[in-house]
Amino acid sequence: MAVNTKVTLCGIGLDNPVIPASGTFGYGYEFAEWYDINILGTFSFKGTTREPRFGNPAPRIAECEGGMLNAVGLQNPGVDKVVSEELPRLAACFHKPVMANVSGFSLEEYAEVCEKLSACPQVGWLEVNISCPNVHGGGMSFGTEPAAAAAVTRAVRRVTKKPVIVKLSPNVTDITEMARACESEGADGISLINTLMGMRLDLRRRRPLLANGTGGLSGPAVFPVAVRMVWQTARAVKIPVVGMGGVASAEDVLEMMMAGATAVEIGAANLRDPYACRDIVLALPAAMERYGIKDLNEIIGAAQTWEKM
Amino acid sequence: MKQGFFTLTENTRIARDVYRMRLAGDTSAVTAPGQFVNIRLDGRFLRRPISVCDKEGDTLTLIYKVVGQGTAQMAEMRPGERLDLLTGLGNGYDLSRAGARPLLAGGGAGVPPLYLLARELSAAGREVTAILGFASAADVFYEKEFSALGVRVLLCTADGSRGRGGFVTDALEEAGDYTYFYTCGPEPMLRALFSASRGSGEFSFEERMGCGFGACMGCTCRTVAGPKRICREGPVLKKEEILWR
Repeated sequence: MAVNTKVTLCGIGLDNPVIPASGTFGYGYEFAEWYDINILGTFSFKGTTREPRFGNPAPRIAECEGGMLNAVGLQNPGVDKVVSEELPRLAACFHKPVMANVSGFSLEEYAEVCEKLSACPQVGWLEVNISCPNVHGGGMSFGTEPAAAAAVTRAVRRVTKKPVIVKLSPNVTDITEMARACESEGADGISLINTLMGMRLDLRRRRPLLANGTGGLSGPAVFPVAVRMVWQTARAVKIPVVGMGGVASAEDVLEMMMAGATAVEIGAANLRDPYACRDIVLALPAAMERYGIKDLNEIIGAAQTWEKM
Repeated sequence: MKQGFFTLTENTRIARDVYRMRLAGDTSAVTAPGQFVNIRLDGRFLRRPISVCDKEGDTLTLIYKVVGQGTAQMAEMRPGERLDLLTGLGNGYDLSRAGARPLLAGGGAGVPPLYLLARELSAAGREVTAILGFASAADVFYEKEFSALGVRVLLCTADGSRGRGGFVTDALEEAGDYTYFYTCGPEPMLRALFSASRGSGEFSFEERMGCGFGACMGCTCRTVAGPKRICREGPVLKKEEILWR
């Protein structure tokens, strides 16, 4: 059975819905040493800010049952170097539109970084991260109040005609309110979930394992939370939803799509297995056949109406 | 860098909480002493990075200390088991800078990567001195193996129960003149050597890692030359580029 894995995300076609998530895939070329990354739908590159950032002190990583915590803190070389160095290096090994992940500490910064990245022909979508739990005074503080999320969306919308996808934090009371606030200001899509804020302690030292104290939880442990929030968000907005959070298999991709995702990002899985996304792309057609799916587009949001089934 | 499956051929306790694992598989990605492998363990989300102690043909030797649940799980593994490894990770030591009389200084679980280094330097005709430091007599391993390479070994234990009493730095004077040095061990030892050593050398660092191959920025440290990922631009840093936090 020939199956169709092609989907369209905010007007741009993807060969498949598999997208390595920001912060787990660098600027792409590192993974090109492991495999031909053109097999992917696209990928979302490392969260980029206006200024270069070192990020948080070490340790930045802790493990837990079914996942991990990270408190990297948006380490990146700054937007100018991304444009002048990282994107040209990527051009040598990736020939599809890339998703540019943007973070900031003010509305002006979000707008400036988006404007610069939007001017790069390689950039297909802007993924605006208002949900990083590991920096203070930026990131998630824009992602926990609807008015602030709306303001970021408005500021970014003004500087680009390219699709704007706002990446939301799960650390909120009502995710649908956040999504609607972004939609109303012209967001073209919503992606979620960023990591859940967590903490682990060092029993010998009686203090947090992470130097930052708290960190973002990701990995299979968060998958059910992510599916629930994607499902809730997809029914609350008309714009496409990109689902992520703990996805680790082709079956998980199908589940996210049935919950309402048009495309699916994969994060922590890349860190334990550099081939994770490639293997999921390769496994997708057989998984579709197992569940009688001819075309992925037919299952987007299929579980939205389960009460009526 | 390569991903591959290895077959466990040996897993023996060689000192207190210290085990030697031998693994058969495709070792071709291991190109320098001081590199590490990242081992996937059943039921653990993240892999465990372990330095390469030796490589001969299709066999890798890893020496690891049981410090937590992951390494405790490794100690329970039996010959015949298959392990998923990422190999050839990290930069490794630069042998070209050794000179005629290199000095190696290792502390505890930092001793293993110096073994392959000592073997390659000896084979290249260098006059190698190795200071091997341990906490106590029960922790000592590989003294004979280093000696068998023709390396001059200065053994120390912190409590004086074997060899010279004191720390690795206390044996520096006895080690005498050296052209370059290579070290691996706990951070307090590295800091002490940084101050006590003359001339240039290389330090291998340890950090909690996410991926081990440069993707997550989980192990970045500050250096004179800007941020470096311990897993990728490290774990070996040259003395001149180190910034202590």
